[in-house]
Amino acid sequence: MCPMSLRAYDVRQESSMNLPLDFNDRAGLKPVDRVFKAEITNVIRLTEMEKLFHLRIEDDADRGRFTFLPGQFVMIEVPGYGEVPISISSSASNKGYIELCIRNAGTVTNALHRARRGAKVGIRGPFGTHFPLQRMKGQSVLLIAGGLGLAPLRAPIYYVTENRSEFKDVHILYGTKSRQQLLFDYQYESWRRIDDVNIQIIVEEPDDSWTGPVGMITDLLDDVRVDPNETYAVVCGPPVMFKFVCQRLNRMGIPMDRMFVSLERRMQCGMGKCCRCNVGATYTCTDGPVFDYWSVINLKEAI
Amino acid sequence: MTILGAWPMLFKILGKGEFRSLVEIILEFNEIIAPKKIGNKADGEPIHQFLPINAFEEMDLDYRTTEFSAKTYFLPYRENLCKFRFGDDDWDQEIAYRIQPRAIIGLRAYDINALVKLDKVFIRGQFPSPYYISRRENTFVVGLDHVPLEDEFSQSMGADIVTHGFDLFLTDLDDRYFVAIASDRGFNLLNRVETQEVTDDDTQDYKDARQRILDGFKTHINVHNLPNLLDLEFTSEVWKKWGAKCLSCGSCAMVCPTCYCYGVREEVSMDFTEATRVKQLYSCNLLDFAEVAGGHNFRPDQETRLKYRYYHQHRGFVEDYDEPKCVGCNRCGRVCLAGINPAAVIKDLYEENF
Repeated sequence: MCPMSLRAYDVRQESSMNLPLDFNDRAGLKPVDRVFKAEITNVIRLTEMEKLFHLRIEDDADRGRFTFLPGQFVMIEVPGYGEVPISISSSASNKGYIELCIRNAGTVTNALHRARRGAKVGIRGPFGTHFPLQRMKGQSVLLIAGGLGLAPLRAPIYYVTENRSEFKDVHILYGTKSRQQLLFDYQYESWRRIDDVNIQIIVEEPDDSWTGPVGMITDLLDDVRVDPNETYAVVCGPPVMFKFVCQRLNRMGIPMDRMFVSLERRMQCGMGKCCRCNVGATYTCTDGPVFDYWSVINLKEAI
Repeated sequence: MTILGAWPMLFKILGKGEFRSLVEIILEFNEIIAPKKIGNKADGEPIHQFLPINAFEEMDLDYRTTEFSAKTYFLPYRENLCKFRFGDDDWDQEIAYRIQPRAIIGLRAYDINALVKLDKVFIRGQFPSPYYISRRENTFVVGLDHVPLEDEFSQSMGADIVTHGFDLFLTDLDDRYFVAIASDRGFNLLNRVETQEVTDDDTQDYKDARQRILDGFKTHINVHNLPNLLDLEFTSEVWKKWGAKCLSCGSCAMVCPTCYCYGVREEVSMDFTEATRVKQLYSCNLLDFAEVAGGHNFRPDQETRLKYRYYHQHRGFVEDYDEPKCVGCNRCGRVCLAGINPAAVIKDLYEENF
């Protein structure tokens, strides 16, 4: 009798495993922990706490294949430190090139803040849901951010400004606590110069040099006139902020399923496995991070 | 994908001596994991664990339960996901999967059903996990049913019957085994020893054996409409009552056959030449489970964390996969240092005892 050895099954022989990595094709089995190697091509200081990193995927073929939709996030890997989920802040029309606005808040982000241009990091993704900008075409759009919320909102802002003719009225509203915390302050002027885009910036605690409006982000909504039946809103910021903004928008008559917010949770995988971002039955990584407001208020203890 | 292909179920009769030959045939060239007695508790009850065996005699197939589930052979407590090797201003990533075949013998129906639930998460999901698949596909599963422990409620959870997710499943008919065959590799292996066709007497004995197992269930819990009840009782005082007892130690998740939450961290070698990404199982009861950057914790108290464990078991998983995640083995109830057991918690929810 010949020896009875159980036959070894090599997962790498699965045909789709041998195909090039493509996270947008989710049907097949992929080496899910493989990262795209990316070079930090540029570092821009935004505030004391936040830096903007320009990243370009190194491999030419991978770069051509890496696409994302506004609102999606990537897991950024600093070998030896770990991995964190970060929303993409750049225009989705650039292939294989992304910009990430990162606050110095923990081990990995601190290591990133010490990194210089030329350093190589890893990227997995893109993951998650996106803002349904296709559905918003032909309608008015309110893009509202508070604090660090401008980071995820910058991708839809690029989309709307690059395709301005496809939308009716466009309002960009942004508020922070102080002038020093304003992100991307060098860009407001370029957005303001776009024909027929209303951009308003408000700060809560101004210093002497501030000449703009003072108050809460909701104050800016006083002057916004839109037809609530033909308007979509994208709201990014801390939960307490988007709660007040969405309640206010709802009073203006905008239905809750036409307001979109982006949630934040701790994540370890990005693929609906580690459960760390779980809210009830919902995974922030695969069912989100973009949710309509109706879903958010029905998620127990989501905000 | 060839993963866990479905076969029409075949049945055979296997003598106990032949079963021993079968185990020895596998053992000659492969690792076997089986229930093994490792000691006694203070009250004299034996302690069993799923461990590698070197001889047929080391197995104790009459075991009542194991302290830990067999999950550890599919989702190890610690697993290396990949390595980063550092060079000059650069690094390379290296990924390896475990492909060494092995057999697990003696899994109860609820433990196989637990694997079937994990398959749904790690194989059938949006992002199939190659780490899990390579372990699952390379494990030959031989199940064996037995009269349950008094506190088990797998029958209430619908996990006492198993129809797939194994290679061979045995039912003890005293002097012989009634074997269900669910895979081609199981069929091929069984062909190495002598088997008999199933007669009418065998079928009757099998039905009687199943009835004895069914009659053995002494704990029954009401889970009718439980997902809706959980939503209804979200702010119930019952969570305060049980939450006050919880020590947030995470033991329940460690012994659970279906708990799969994890954390990932990176370890740098002493000479700074490489880093390893390590996945480590976690528990939703641990204090920092839902803590985010900046220090905000979405579930700061033990009551909320305990509640979320029940929510994932009996509410969240149902929404995603149309069945509860719990298989009713009650390992968590036995291991809990604070005496929290799911049968009592769920009963309190129904009866509003607080």
